[in-house]
Amino acid sequence: MISRIFIDIAVACGISTFLALVLVIAQRYLADYGICKVTINKKKEVSVQGGISLLGALSDQQIFLPSACGGRGSCGTCKCQLTSGGGPVLPTEKPFLSAKELGDGIRLSCQVKVKGDIEIQIEESIFNIRRYRTKVIDIVDYTYDIKGITFQLIDPQRIDFKAGQYVQLESQPYGKVKQKAVRAYSISSKPQDNGLIQLIIRLVPEGICTTWVHNHLKVGDEVFLTGPYGDFYIRDTEADMIFVAGGSGKAPIKSMLEYLQVVGTKRKMTYFFGARTCKDLYLTDEMKAFEKVFPDFKYEPVVSQPCPEEGWEGKLGYIMPYFPEAIRDPKNTEAYLCGSPGMLAAVQKALVELGVPQAKIYFDSFG
Amino acid sequence: MEISSFVLFWAAIFTSNILLTNFLGMCSYLSVSKEVESSFGLGMAVFFVLTATSALNWIVYHKILVPAGLVYLQFIVFIIVIAAFVQLLELIIERYAPALYYTLGIFLPLITVNCAIFGVSLFLVIRNYSFGQSVAFGAGSGIGWLLAILMLAGIRKRMKEKLVPLGLQGAGIALIITGIMALAFIGFSGIVNVQ
Repeated sequence: MISRIFIDIAVACGISTFLALVLVIAQRYLADYGICKVTINKKKEVSVQGGISLLGALSDQQIFLPSACGGRGSCGTCKCQLTSGGGPVLPTEKPFLSAKELGDGIRLSCQVKVKGDIEIQIEESIFNIRRYRTKVIDIVDYTYDIKGITFQLIDPQRIDFKAGQYVQLESQPYGKVKQKAVRAYSISSKPQDNGLIQLIIRLVPEGICTTWVHNHLKVGDEVFLTGPYGDFYIRDTEADMIFVAGGSGKAPIKSMLEYLQVVGTKRKMTYFFGARTCKDLYLTDEMKAFEKVFPDFKYEPVVSQPCPEEGWEGKLGYIMPYFPEAIRDPKNTEAYLCGSPGMLAAVQKALVELGVPQAKIYFDSFG
Repeated sequence: MEISSFVLFWAAIFTSNILLTNFLGMCSYLSVSKEVESSFGLGMAVFFVLTATSALNWIVYHKILVPAGLVYLQFIVFIIVIAAFVQLLELIIERYAPALYYTLGIFLPLITVNCAIFGVSLFLVIRNYSFGQSVAFGAGSGIGWLLAILMLAGIRKRMKEKLVPLGLQGAGIALIITGIMALAFIGFSGIVNVQ
């Protein structure tokens, strides 16, 4: 009886092992595409190991395309233009590509496998993107669910970015979470402090990365940041500016204002910060202080549901009704928004109705 | 009565179509039948895998499981063989036939869990087919499945311009169409009986 059981198990295991072995051997010999050549912007050539994704191959070469989902084909941010090679567009890419992008040869680099020589076009600014080894040197609690974390850059030691751009933070496995996560956060420190990066991170309930940052990250820990990414930065014009932020959306605006403080500006600026209760307000004194720095700047915190005991005496309700008094000439006004997708949509709608051109409304479209 | 492989091949396509008379492989049939092009890709992949796995599983069953007295393990072993074969096929196609890979490739992993494949392997055991009959039955079932999904995709393409009641749009109307197609196929069933 016992021997019967052992024979049965042995045969079943034998079959599985044999099949597994066949697959491993096949993988070894069939999936080996040797060294392939990737030509970037027709001038730079890199040799990469074939058989892996273009996104992975490029990041092995220290070229970091933006990618919020870590190469799973679910965020659509790792787009790049292929001028030759790469095979046809896969059904996994189609939902992220418009008809024009399909025509231009835009692909999701995480879905394109390098199996031969490939020519690609990427923006020059992407060469500026690096993966930084950093150390946490400061963590401050701004509110009950928002922390400011300061990282000192170790390798490389300097970062060159525009105020308003973002970096991607890699969280490490913790507790039940077994894999790394990569999430985008706007830089809140000024570009002139190029040896430091400060991020403002709000705890998202059940969020993999924010939970790690809030509950597991300590001063002295090593963290990897990749960046800078994004085209959310101050346009160099003379137009009036409206900043709108909510929650941790204060980060890029803080960076912009600190940057402007150093370079100086005479532009008319109004900064609306929307919060639900007074407990959600933070850095109020620091922002108010900018009113003395700039000739024409106003910080307007607006609270929608103040509790009676908080004794809030400032502006009440949503931020949108307060826009008209801040706008002199809607055609000559730029708006810089950072907040939740719902808030972005409502604010954009209100601004367009007031006559602010859609092309002058700037925002980052990550949640 | 012994049915010849040739008859069995045609019977598997028309009179006992794996999808329209046995209702196997329904999930991918409903979800991938929106475009003719991808239906063809999936259908061809099912055809390849069905033909090959019915041969493989016949060998595994009659040469390994029966002699070793392990018939009760057939479910697990069949699934493992199908999964491993699909993986291997994917690697081979990707390497040597890139064009085919881009038509079939992404559908191959889907097929591992297609119940038509597993169903055919079980049928050939239950009905005690010979090796030749098994391959013919597998290939016929594959073509039958391809035929059924292509027909549905063709009809659904035309349906796009038609007004379908809100509650029936999508899978609802697809199931009704499948039912009507199945009725038509059941009309063939008197010609030859393979059950």
